[in-house]
Amino acid sequence: MNAIKRKEAISNSNLLFAIAAAIFVLMYGFAILTYPHSFLQYQTFFDLFSLNAPLIIITLGLSIVMIGGGIDISVGAVTGLVTMCCAVFLESGARTVGGSVLLALGIGIGFGLLQGFLIAYLEIQPFIITLAGMFLANGLLTTIHKDPLNVTMPAFVQLRDFEIVIPWLGTTNRLGYFIPLEIKPGAVVVVVLVVLLVVLMHWSRFGRNLYAVGGNNQSALMLGINVKRTKFFSYVLCGLLSGIAGFVFIMTTGAGNVGNASGFEMKAIAGSIIGGTMLSGGVGNLIGSPVGALTLLTINELIRAAGVNSNFQAIASGMLLCIFIVLQSVVMWLRGTDSFKLALPAWLVPSRKGN
Amino acid sequence: MAKMKARGFQVFLPLSVLAILIFINLIKGADYFSISIIHGALYGNIPNILFGASELVILSIGMTLVTSSSGGQDISVGVAAAITSSVFVRILLSAGGITWMTILVAFLASCVVGIVIGTFNGALVAVFKVQPMVATLILYTAGRSIAFLIDGRLSPVIANGLTSQIGSVIPGIPIQTPIILTAVFIVLFAVLLKTTNLKLYSQAVGNNQKAARLNGINPVRIKFLTYMILGVCTAVAGFIAVTKAGRHDSVNLLKFVEMDAILAVAIGGNALGGGKFSISGSIIGAYTIEVLNRTLLRLEVDPEAIKAFKAVFIIILMVLASPVVRESAAKGTRWVRSRLGGAVQIQTAVGIDAAGLPKSDISAKREE
Repeated sequence: MNAIKRKEAISNSNLLFAIAAAIFVLMYGFAILTYPHSFLQYQTFFDLFSLNAPLIIITLGLSIVMIGGGIDISVGAVTGLVTMCCAVFLESGARTVGGSVLLALGIGIGFGLLQGFLIAYLEIQPFIITLAGMFLANGLLTTIHKDPLNVTMPAFVQLRDFEIVIPWLGTTNRLGYFIPLEIKPGAVVVVVLVVLLVVLMHWSRFGRNLYAVGGNNQSALMLGINVKRTKFFSYVLCGLLSGIAGFVFIMTTGAGNVGNASGFEMKAIAGSIIGGTMLSGGVGNLIGSPVGALTLLTINELIRAAGVNSNFQAIASGMLLCIFIVLQSVVMWLRGTDSFKLALPAWLVPSRKGN
Repeated sequence: MAKMKARGFQVFLPLSVLAILIFINLIKGADYFSISIIHGALYGNIPNILFGASELVILSIGMTLVTSSSGGQDISVGVAAAITSSVFVRILLSAGGITWMTILVAFLASCVVGIVIGTFNGALVAVFKVQPMVATLILYTAGRSIAFLIDGRLSPVIANGLTSQIGSVIPGIPIQTPIILTAVFIVLFAVLLKTTNLKLYSQAVGNNQKAARLNGINPVRIKFLTYMILGVCTAVAGFIAVTKAGRHDSVNLLKFVEMDAILAVAIGGNALGGGKFSISGSIIGAYTIEVLNRTLLRLEVDPEAIKAFKAVFIIILMVLASPVVRESAAKGTRWVRSRLGGAVQIQTAVGIDAAGLPKSDISAKREE
């Protein structure tokens, strides 16, 4: 009889997530110790969500694709295209905000459908297709409008300036005034999406299939999973999330710009990896991805607070990424050799369904 | 026989694309091939293409090797070129007088830096078993800032007689120097591949690492070696780019070239998953990208829309080259043949199958 694996043994996904979460907590703790005035404020913490909501949403989408064993580097460009299209649409006369939401989602899904079809059904390498998608979105973006475009439509400006005020969580500033906590709606969107997607990936048939496909294409096929359709839907979902991220982006900044969300794809990949998603597929945790993105953002905030040369921001991000990657690799290697067993008590294991 | 055919197809696709692009150019203006001599050097469309694509060709050669051995791509080549060339510029500027000797020393130093970068990436890929794209993402994130710190200021200028000769034309030689350097590099690389086992070994490692190991090849060492060679390639590319520009712009030097290099490898018909490769395919792929860029400019496409056109072109090309389309095309021709006539045609169809042109080739590709 085969030895049944101990159920308490923590899965790869959850182990990598635990490392990411621990490092995030350590980093934020370090930030609080060094700059207690700024990092102890609730506002600073929630601003990480409010101002970087698009990046976090993109990271979620990219993680889904990466769990399925693919990659999508068009996400940043698609997000930028969506912001510009929404800006042009809203400025082109008496249009509605609802219409722009639909436009954003439509563009995102459109890119997802195209790329998903080419990758899943025509079996073209995802890197090349999404690279072409990135070029396409970039080209369309500059063709549609070159100059920064500020949206002045009243209904939209209202939405842009809308903030959720939480009076009981504020901070007192140096002059003794009490400032209530303000959260942008984008942060709420992030939280809702994280919950929805975690549920989708953990308890839906699509989510479980995607883990199987990412882990091993062939055995997923033999299990009777429709590999092509699963891959296809992962790209569509990623495109949809890029669309949402684009709308959240313009909802935060209120302007369409050629440089919007440029370079987000690499930041999102970095965030996903720090959050414990592996590029080879099959391993990942959607709670980890936002944590990974937040870790990167926290280190950027730290360096900004320290006031050193902004070039060190990139170097520190790179070093952080390096430490993470080496750490992940060492942990996986130790697990592979069976000389290192990490088991949590049953009540601490986040999910036994993990991969 | 089967191998020959498969190989022929690999180079056939980029070559036919190149032919179509040149045809479009000829329709636009019949003087496409005209070459004139200005200031003792050849000028014209063809020399311009060879001149413009030189860095891309060199990088795509290294990228092919890395793709083959490690089954992944290095996305830090542009950044690595920025770092190596910043070292080159730094040494050149601090040397006092600029002579052929100092240029050589600075170039060798930048090669050493390239090898160090390659070692770093190679260590992550080979020893720590990180996927290449993730491993090189580190340098991609941090590299341009490192180059800026080495420069010490924004875009130092190296305008002087000797380096601008390397970047454009040496008096007395009618061909632009980057073209000669690229040709020399290609020849050296061809000699390297012909005289050593590098090609066989990296293909073996890329195809099946365990099998290669059982056959006495050390996969770690081969991966290390390919990344170091790519490091040298980035140093050469950075050297050419910085002498062309006459200044070192750490932010914009060879920006996005990594994407084009990977594209060149893919257009050349190489599997991005590793294994078998053809350097000539990649070289043709790199020139195809340059011709495409210049064709779009020549057709007076809106500069803003160039990227979109390029994207559509890439998508069409990749769809044509995709295994599914190729398989169904092969099926279609077989069906037409069997419909058209009697036994003779069927026999030829079977003959083609036996030669292993469409089906077995494709299934072999899939296995990879």
